[in-house]
Amino acid sequence: MESLVTAITIFVLAIFVGFEVITKVPPTLHTPLMSGSNAISGITIVGAILSAGTQHTTLTTLLGFFAVVFATINVVGGFLVTHRMLEMFRRK
Amino acid sequence: MPAYLVNLAYLLASALFIFGLKGLAHPRTAVRGNLLGATGMLIAVVVTLADRSIISYQLILAGFAVGGLAGALMAVKVPMTGMPQMVALLNGFGGGASVLVAGAALFEARAAGLELTRQFTVATAASALIGGVTFWGSLVAFAKLQELISGNAVVFRGQHLLNGLGAALCVTLAVWVVREPEAAPAYWLLVAASSVLGVLTTIPIGGADMPVVISLLNSYSGLAAAATGFVLSNNMLIIAGSLVGASGIILTQIMCRAMNRSLPNVLFGGLGAVAAGKAEEDKVYAGKVKATSPEEVAMLLETARRVIIVPGYGMAVSQAQHAVQALAKLLESRGVEVLYAIHPVAGRMPGHMNVLLAEADVPYEELKDMDEVNPLFPETDVAIVIGANDVVNPLARTDPKSPIAGMPILDVDKARTVVVIKRSLSPGFAGIPNPLFAADNTLMYFADGKKAVNDLIHALKEAA
Repeated sequence: MESLVTAITIFVLAIFVGFEVITKVPPTLHTPLMSGSNAISGITIVGAILSAGTQHTTLTTLLGFFAVVFATINVVGGFLVTHRMLEMFRRK
Repeated sequence: MPAYLVNLAYLLASALFIFGLKGLAHPRTAVRGNLLGATGMLIAVVVTLADRSIISYQLILAGFAVGGLAGALMAVKVPMTGMPQMVALLNGFGGGASVLVAGAALFEARAAGLELTRQFTVATAASALIGGVTFWGSLVAFAKLQELISGNAVVFRGQHLLNGLGAALCVTLAVWVVREPEAAPAYWLLVAASSVLGVLTTIPIGGADMPVVISLLNSYSGLAAAATGFVLSNNMLIIAGSLVGASGIILTQIMCRAMNRSLPNVLFGGLGAVAAGKAEEDKVYAGKVKATSPEEVAMLLETARRVIIVPGYGMAVSQAQHAVQALAKLLESRGVEVLYAIHPVAGRMPGHMNVLLAEADVPYEELKDMDEVNPLFPETDVAIVIGANDVVNPLARTDPKSPIAGMPILDVDKARTVVVIKRSLSPGFAGIPNPLFAADNTLMYFADGKKAVNDLIHALKEAA
């Protein structure tokens, strides 16, 4: 129970931080914000790596493998495409 | 590596994500911000790879190779006009990954015969539910944007009832997963039901409401990751997921406010499925629409001091952004002040127009928000509307019965002269006629966006 409350505390505080930080992003950068935050939500990759690597059962290994694929697309695709867009905003 | 070091590294990664998003507050710092976020991700991945419970790296590396290649190809190949589809797909993969990771965690725990806590089972059910809806909802959004299926709202009788039943089924199955996590099919049935729910809830949302849906799915993909964080008791996942969730919610709010509609209205309203009657159109347009030529517009522009360009989805469709930039440059070289007025819901996702114009080398200082630019229209000589319709429809201000009543619009009708570049008088997404097209100070320039602007540039050069 104790750890659940801690987790919820972190969840709520992180949402507040998110609101504070994101409201300062100007409309011009809303598309890169979406793709960039997409890349960050690929953080599930850490869970995927463990499932694919610890290989408890065939099923969990397979699920882990596909999760690694999905999350890697998110991470690599997200950060790269965001970088591509932001470079266009920077150059003049 | 001892657990406390792993957790400290995860904390560092979380902090880098926050710094990264903070960097997006300005175009100058944004590139660095994105790199900080990527660094955080790299740290998280490397630390996780050092975990001693990993017995084989083959599949992990194979997954990296497949996913990395696919992601990099998508990121490099996608044209800027295709960005809404790309983001929709990425949302989907995020949701899908959460479903798979939570599922793997559930079956691992079962195989190991662990006692499952309530936190674990509730979070697992939440991951399946949110992730499933996100994955399939995003695929539908992708298919609509890519025009693999009709982009219009798909509405049918009994739709709300069906969606309600689907949602009830999902909740029931989720309760089953929570109460009897040992029941083998419960998890997959929940994933299947939430997948169907994802499809059902996305098909009734059409064209111009896409910015809302994409923002909402963006938020879901973050919340799914946070739920998976609760499954794995991993604070970094919870933090990163919450940040993304908050970001999506904020964008959703901004989009809804920019249409003066509530979120339920967008999700369940089925707007865009019906077009205006011919009679209604005739009443607005008959005998009042003035067509113009590139030569006439060129003459207007020659004497103008301030020109405001109002882009909409039509500019994206005809890929006219480079031509528009060339026109603006030509005008600027003749001492005309050129600005761009960007409505928050112009295009198919938040910031869509800004990215297109940035691609065409338009400096971001010239891209003005609605609040910033509206006071300038009365002192503007020519407003050029290219491919926008509902966001410049004065009915939003004047007709309380209109479907767009109260929607904040760009006040282009207050400019001295309005030039509307459009292929025909066909209505926009809201399906209603636009009195702006028949206004005394409006000239209709009927042509494809890109060709129209190129002809205009030609006419301007001829006249000089």
